[in-house]
Amino acid sequence: MDGTVAVIGGGSTGTGIARDLAMRGFDVTLVEKGNLTHGTTGRMHGLLHSGGRYAVSDRSSARECIEENRVLREIATHCVEMTGGLFVQKEGDADEYFEEKLEGCRECDIPAEVVSGKEAREIEPYLAKDVKRAIRVPDGAIDPFRLCVANAASAIEHGARIETHAKVTDVLVEDGEVVGVEVEHESGPGKRVHRKPGTTEEIRADYVVNATGAWAGRVGAMAGVDVEVRPSKGVMVVMNTRQVDTVVNRCRPKGDADIIVPHETAAILGTTDEEVEDPEDYPEEGWEVDLMIDTLSELVPILKDARTIRSFWGVRPLYEPPGTGTTDPTDITRDFFLLDHEERDDLPGLTSIVGGKFTTYRLMAEKISDHVCEQFGVEAECRTADEPLPGSEDIGNLEEYMDEFGLRSPIAKRSTKRLGSFSPQVLGGSNPNPVVCTCEAVTSAEIDKAIDESGTDLNAVRLRTRASMGNCQGAFCCQGIASQLHPTYDEPTVRDAYDELYQERWKGERHGLWGEQLSQAALKYALHATTLNRDRDPAARESDLDFAAFDDGRSTDDVEPDTSRGTRETAADGGRLPPNEGPDGDS
Amino acid sequence: MAIREDVLVVGGGLAGMSAALSAAETGATVRLLSHKKSTLRHASGLVDCLGYTGDDGPLADPYTGLSDLPNEHPYRVVGESAIREGFDRFDGVVGDSYRGGHTDANALVPTQAGTIKPTARYPASMAAGLASDARSTLLVGFEGLSDFDAPLAADRLAAAGVPFDVRGVTLRFPKEFRADAKLTRYARALDRDEEPDRDRAPRFDGVRRALAELVRPKLDGAERVGFPSLVGDDENDVVREDLANRLDVPVFELAASPPSLPGVRLESLFLAALDEAGVRRTTGNPVVDYESEDGALTTVYTDKNGQRVPYGADQFVLATGGLVGKGIGSSRDGVREPVFDCHIPHPEDRYDWSATDAFGDQPFARFGVVPDDDLRPLDAAGDVEFSNLRAAGSVLGGADFAAQKCGSGVSLATGHVAGERAGALI
Repeated sequence: MDGTVAVIGGGSTGTGIARDLAMRGFDVTLVEKGNLTHGTTGRMHGLLHSGGRYAVSDRSSARECIEENRVLREIATHCVEMTGGLFVQKEGDADEYFEEKLEGCRECDIPAEVVSGKEAREIEPYLAKDVKRAIRVPDGAIDPFRLCVANAASAIEHGARIETHAKVTDVLVEDGEVVGVEVEHESGPGKRVHRKPGTTEEIRADYVVNATGAWAGRVGAMAGVDVEVRPSKGVMVVMNTRQVDTVVNRCRPKGDADIIVPHETAAILGTTDEEVEDPEDYPEEGWEVDLMIDTLSELVPILKDARTIRSFWGVRPLYEPPGTGTTDPTDITRDFFLLDHEERDDLPGLTSIVGGKFTTYRLMAEKISDHVCEQFGVEAECRTADEPLPGSEDIGNLEEYMDEFGLRSPIAKRSTKRLGSFSPQVLGGSNPNPVVCTCEAVTSAEIDKAIDESGTDLNAVRLRTRASMGNCQGAFCCQGIASQLHPTYDEPTVRDAYDELYQERWKGERHGLWGEQLSQAALKYALHATTLNRDRDPAARESDLDFAAFDDGRSTDDVEPDTSRGTRETAADGGRLPPNEGPDGDS
Repeated sequence: MAIREDVLVVGGGLAGMSAALSAAETGATVRLLSHKKSTLRHASGLVDCLGYTGDDGPLADPYTGLSDLPNEHPYRVVGESAIREGFDRFDGVVGDSYRGGHTDANALVPTQAGTIKPTARYPASMAAGLASDARSTLLVGFEGLSDFDAPLAADRLAAAGVPFDVRGVTLRFPKEFRADAKLTRYARALDRDEEPDRDRAPRFDGVRRALAELVRPKLDGAERVGFPSLVGDDENDVVREDLANRLDVPVFELAASPPSLPGVRLESLFLAALDEAGVRRTTGNPVVDYESEDGALTTVYTDKNGQRVPYGADQFVLATGGLVGKGIGSSRDGVREPVFDCHIPHPEDRYDWSATDAFGDQPFARFGVVPDDDLRPLDAAGDVEFSNLRAAGSVLGGADFAAQKCGSGVSLATGHVAGERAGALI
């Protein structure tokens, strides 16, 4: 079969659709304006829902969540950490809601167990003393970037073309039908290369899927249709360590700042829910960060004085069918909607998918792929719930890799967990394989692999490997990461890539600049500016530098001493000079 | 009964050590209290005076830039003569280990990143590498040392327009270390001239000779050879000379970010000078409290495993460092000086503490206490906090050490002035 489909959007939904359609035999091209996960997917707390969160308010979503939770544990083992979760009731939180939550979980087939306050504190010792009891559910943590990369890799294996840094500039409509998209490649098709000029390309397709989430309205507008998505922002605050090892939720009706997700070496506090006009331009405010810390430290008091390493904001692609008229974004359903623009707007060839949740991305992809199949009259079955993603095929005994690759154990553990079944291929290469990012224990081989996949875009490398995402926020490793681009890429390209990564790390760090992290930031600034002169690097100068005006180090051997000031003799024996009476002299 | 001294210096970095030396020279008895290891171990070992006053620069002569600095800059407070005296003291302490004292001109020192940086004094180990020296250059890096990529650094230097040919090569160090071995491991092997690995250097019994033999065929006419700063640690001079003799060209080290052996070596030189000057040193315990009488400090207390130990003095110097050294603390509520709670002006909104561009004009970089002409910290009303407390080094506000490349010079100048004045009052 040769149906060609263009998928717009490289988040979980888009990559999921690309994989599914490619597996069903379509000729798929996915375009994404930034990195994979550039939009909403890369800006969430990485919670793999058990469904418990929706067990009171939205039971059909809750059921979908637990089903997909089970699927992802099977097909995406190297992306998932099953931490377990607690819905915690504090003294004063309503008993009725707790009971409703418990009943809801059971109704929705979510394994749920009540534990006493004492038992909850045995699981999570830092929980507040006044925690009364909790419901234990199978929440987990999931790495959204690793997941999207795995989906994209699988799509590629099935013949798809994945183009990141390819911004859609137009949706092509001919004779009342969508026939493709026009994209602007940041640096030409394929991997992004800094300093390489961009190109424009027309991608013709029999069908176009708009999977751009909060940006769906913009793509819709290019095709001349209205997609009234309602972007809603939420803040996430990254803490320096895992203050908790399980997902901790506050067991009370909807509210801001009610979840803590342990994620790799950090814990992520979330979130708020506030409608914004523009998914790319909205205020990021300090009070939102304060709200997270102040409210969540009611659950886990040590958060109050813990170190915040950075904060980020994401936008949900909320959608509700026209006419519902909900005013509070927290009331808008988390269901997803498939908008067939032929049915809705009399524009064949285009479907948008909006709403939904990360945990159910695969199901959304399945539904939209079913829909595309219908358009083409194709009867291919969805296999994405059964076939493991690349990296999760046969993880085997990860511990065995440690010795094999000569990696010391905690590093091997981290590396193999991230790489899953890619471990032998990546880590088995030529030695030496030093650790480049110490905070996150990322080795040189992993960085090389990521560069092979994503070109000079070090933010893509960062997302693939977690390099520069730890406590030091790139202070010690940016240089080493960027160096690995050389000699494949030339020096000015490496410098650009380095600068971009450095600035990106700084951006989010600014929201947590006090206490330890301000000291850390000052150290980072000192290392890069004081020691390395990165801020005023002569290589970046417009004009030539008069090198001859500076000390060349060899005057010490000259016979003619500098007699203009007569400091030589006095200085040489450590003696002191009479005070100078200059304008700024001693008084 | 407190342990008593004439002058008590709190803080063991370059400023504190300079203050202690200058105070001791007046004949006063001096004690230096330091809590943690100083931030010198993070520093490159380069000793800056002034490299930039704004977007212009680098300055060939740092002293010409002084008048462009804002009035609150510590250099403006102490004046040019104090800066010169600070550097003279430095030169006296370090002797031949450092260069640059022969001229007012700044030197441009290549770094491991391939950038070049203006500085006033540089370790002897870096002297042969200066960017104003036109000799052709080979940079040598090692597989597995991810902090330094020699070919990239060479290209970077060329991009800055240096007046010499420069190439970089990456070699396999003649001895294999664990994959994540630090620079110090390499330095130690060179210090001790350890035996190389048979499979890497079968014909040689010392790692120095083996290294020289590896580098030799790569020279190709280069007139000097640069390495990362791992050319020996305690035996740096010996190793460097040994390599230079075998290669028949000068050998130098590149300035580096941590771990930085030159920074550690600099600290050792100062510690030796302190011992010689009879300065008593007490390390490892934080100052947690103080007492004052009639607006003057009388005693500070350190915490030693839960025990309060009193130290009394007539004059005190605060040289606890800036944000990096924790001489300045902060929380979501504000910025403070944690030892004596001296006033530190700062914007109320913490987003105004930093700039959006990572290398923009960073307000936090200038956080610090505000001194009077006599370097005595002032409170919010402009009155001296304590009549016998002076501040020195990066705990002082008003300078952006990183952007201006003036941190060491400010420490030397203000340390010298604070110590000398404290001592003179005894």
